[in-house]
Amino acid sequence: MLEVKNLHVQVDDKEILKGMNITVAPGEVHSIMGPNGSGKSTLAQVLAGKEAYEVTEGEVTFQGKDLLDLEPEERACEGIFLAFQYPVEIPGVANTYLLREALNAKREYWDEKPLKHIEFAKLAREKMKTLGIDEDLLKRSVNAGFSGGEKKRNEIFQMQILEPTLAVLDETDSGLDIDALKIVANGVNSMRDSGRSFIVITHYQRLLNYIVPDFVHVMVDGKIVRSGGKELAYELEEKGYAGF
Amino acid sequence: MAIVFDGTRESYVEGLSEFLNSGQKDAPEWVTTLRREAISGFAKLGFPTLSDEEWRFTNLEALRRGSFSIAENGISGVSKKSVDSYGFSGLDCLRLVFVNGRFASSLSDTKDAGEGILVKSLSEAISEQSDLVKGHLARYADYEKDAFISLNTSYFEDGVFVYVPDGTVLEKPVHVLHVSTDEDRPLFINPRNLIVIGQSSVAKVIEHYVSASQSVYFSNVVTEVVCGENANLEHYRLEFESQKAFNFSTLRVNQQKNSNIASHSILCGGAIVRNNVHPVLAGEGCNSDIYGLFISEGRQHMDNFMRVEHASPHCDSRQFYNGVLDGRSKGVFHGRILVHEGAEKTDAKQTNRNLLLSDTAQIDTKPQLEIYNDDVKCTHGATIGQMDEEALFYLRSRGISMRQAKIIMLRAFTGETLEHMSIDPVREVLEGVVMKWFEKRLQNGKGR
Repeated sequence: MLEVKNLHVQVDDKEILKGMNITVAPGEVHSIMGPNGSGKSTLAQVLAGKEAYEVTEGEVTFQGKDLLDLEPEERACEGIFLAFQYPVEIPGVANTYLLREALNAKREYWDEKPLKHIEFAKLAREKMKTLGIDEDLLKRSVNAGFSGGEKKRNEIFQMQILEPTLAVLDETDSGLDIDALKIVANGVNSMRDSGRSFIVITHYQRLLNYIVPDFVHVMVDGKIVRSGGKELAYELEEKGYAGF
Repeated sequence: MAIVFDGTRESYVEGLSEFLNSGQKDAPEWVTTLRREAISGFAKLGFPTLSDEEWRFTNLEALRRGSFSIAENGISGVSKKSVDSYGFSGLDCLRLVFVNGRFASSLSDTKDAGEGILVKSLSEAISEQSDLVKGHLARYADYEKDAFISLNTSYFEDGVFVYVPDGTVLEKPVHVLHVSTDEDRPLFINPRNLIVIGQSSVAKVIEHYVSASQSVYFSNVVTEVVCGENANLEHYRLEFESQKAFNFSTLRVNQQKNSNIASHSILCGGAIVRNNVHPVLAGEGCNSDIYGLFISEGRQHMDNFMRVEHASPHCDSRQFYNGVLDGRSKGVFHGRILVHEGAEKTDAKQTNRNLLLSDTAQIDTKPQLEIYNDDVKCTHGATIGQMDEEALFYLRSRGISMRQAKIIMLRAFTGETLEHMSIDPVREVLEGVVMKWFEKRLQNGKGR
């Protein structure tokens, strides 16, 4: 599904990713762990298409297409979703409006009819219920004045509505209390199936107790230095990153 | 012979006697006296220059070089159909139409205003309700201090007169449509409006300036508002003049005890535009909400000049102005809050946010607080920026196209001011106009 080969990326002439490789097959959950500044979030942003990041070498293929050739909105429509580490506040744009626009943009991309207001409202209500999200959150401006936990839950809510093929969760667990963490994890787990993949970027092993990965990768200084099964996460928790 | 003003101070001063002899022979003496006093005000003042502190950012050289004349023809070239096209779909309102400053009764509908309410042309009111008009006209807008008010007071021909007696609700909004047409020579048009709202009364007035042509003219508007005790007025000024026009407007409001006003200024047309909003919160416990949105392109120049005067205790005022500037256009926001010595417990807030869509657009924003009382709360804030890249990326990462993302952001930005309008059909029309403007910009591949 996703193949990242020898990816080199720089920001403001500083190289952040230095030959990153990762292959994700359909249905797999990959966790990328690593210390601050190792390039985890850069990878997430590059996959979503952030322009400030310059790819200097390497390639990224998503379902047979050259991902780097696509605009951010095309990547989203193709099925990539990034749950932001720091979701952006957009005053004056209602959450529900953003979501309907996004969903309908994706449907239009695939030559499907747009959802009517009432159909969308029904869909949104269903998803909200499972995530324990208050209905007034839909009417509020996107992330504006949301608490940290609300922002992260809102990202997962958007993911549930947009039903991506590949979801990249960038430190979605940071700043969450245990209850919120469980809700987020349930939101992810309920979507796991043989056709959908996840890249879960995290600092802590804690999240992986709830979202159990198939593979764990350790990222240090812009590349993956070790890969393994979920047991690797426990090893990291014990020994820290110092050994890498 | 047409009365022609060649741009010099003398021509405007000397033109008055001919103006009085031609169209104003039947005017009451007090009006003629007023006009004479006003022109002597202009004789002393002349047009402001860049060295005037209040005109630092707005160069009037082009106006001073321009030659303008008073319209000779009556109303012509404006059909009912074209007037209807400027209406607000779904809005049940009273309508007064003025063409090049003159009342077009055949295009107007002022029936069923309500018991005791007067909604008519000012020139009619001057002959029919002379004393009532005399008690208010030119009592607030100071023709000895402001050159444009002096000129308007000297040369005004018509405008709307709204009078709502005490304890009365004017149910229908009043749509005052000023249309300018293509004439042989550039016109000098002086609309003059007077709105008097009695104690505990309510009214909504929409002043709307449009052009049926893209010609040059000099439109100089003065509106005086008296808001009685506990009265409530919502006022709109929608400026969609020709892209080559000079438009100067003053809204001067006198607020009595516990009165409320909401003022909305939308500036879109005009080459050089100056919009003065000057409420005086004269009685205790008043509230003034002043909203504005200006959008400019090309070489348009839009100067928003606020003077919010707190003259009594326990009054609140809010200024909320947003600007969107493209091309080589220039904007000015001059927000002055003046708190008099006796105006304790004043709560005044001012916000001006500007969005620049091009590298060559420019905005000068200048808050100015002048406070003579210690027990007040006054805040101001201004921002200038481009469209938020992070927000655009966030929207695009959800599958929304760049173009649509920009439209969403622009709509949110302009919505901050438009959302305060209580007349939905007006707000909807304006949202449509604003969207069209954006789409045109984005089609040109501009706007970031």
